[in-house]
Amino acid sequence: MRSLPVVVAVALALCAPAAAAPNPADLEAELVCPTCDTTLDQSNAPVAQRMKQIIRQHIAAGWTEAEIKADLVDQFGPGVLAEPPKSGFDLLAWLLPLGLLAAGAVGVGIVAWGWSHRRGTAGEDAAPPLDPELERRLDAELERYEA
Amino acid sequence: MTGTVQRVGQAVALVGVAALLGLLVWKVAFGSEDGAADDLAAGKVVAAPAFSLERLDEDGALSIADLRGKAVVVNFWASWCVPCRDEAPVLQQTYERYRDDGLVVVGVDVNDFRADARRFMQKFGLTYPVVYDGKGSTIGKWGVRGFPETFFVDRSGRLVGERISGAVDIERNRDAYERGVALALGSDR
Repeated sequence: MRSLPVVVAVALALCAPAAAAPNPADLEAELVCPTCDTTLDQSNAPVAQRMKQIIRQHIAAGWTEAEIKADLVDQFGPGVLAEPPKSGFDLLAWLLPLGLLAAGAVGVGIVAWGWSHRRGTAGEDAAPPLDPELERRLDAELERYEA
Repeated sequence: MTGTVQRVGQAVALVGVAALLGLLVWKVAFGSEDGAADDLAAGKVVAAPAFSLERLDEDGALSIADLRGKAVVVNFWASWCVPCRDEAPVLQQTYERYRDDGLVVVGVDVNDFRADARRFMQKFGLTYPVVYDGKGSTIGKWGVRGFPETFFVDRSGRLVGERISGAVDIERNRDAYERGVALALGSDR
């Protein structure tokens, strides 16, 4: 009875699905051919064909996606990745556009606020109170006209 | 307040436009890397662009500066390049023939797998130094446009002769190759 948990654990381990092998088509869309600057799936250049072959060999040998990418970066440099890594200096490539977007949004907000504020002030300035004497004369003229 | 906001906005916009314009000017003026090959073709005196790269024929690195005083044939190749296979025996013959005269052939293996390059070297019995440039860092500086390409460097480190595009053993390149070797050795024949 005490060995039941062990039996269950072993059974679960045996039944657990193995980690999915990387999909070559996905990798080919995420890696760049160094001589033609397009992704591998878009290229028939000799080096791209060789890279596709190597990717399949690595997958057959049980390599993970990260291991395959690391190997190709070691051979061809980080430029082989279609997307820059999200770490170190390359993180700037991700953060900079977001930062610029945020700065643009703030800028547009400030300008919009400035315009609406000016318009509000201008509206108040456009209707200054009438001189009492002028108002009295205007009322008198209106009464005479209506009579 | 609103006037200040407007002025700040205008200043930011102006700075942005000026920065973009500056980038454009810089790119036009300095960004188009012609490489040494174009300068050589224009008749300029060009020093061989520097590199220091991992060796494939033995441990360690090799830099072009290490070869000062020698005549050098620099051959850019890759194992997946078909004409590179045809010319490999010719380069090896050149190395064997002129080695005692102080000539070195240096293979620069570009955009390639190290293991493929080593297999290639073994298959063709290459004994001259071969360096590895998987990232292609030398391409822009040298002005390499395809593979194979071959350059000649004289004993003072200047490029001589002409850049040879394509295999050195084919009809149209044979004379230029022999002339380049002679110029590098300092014995223009």
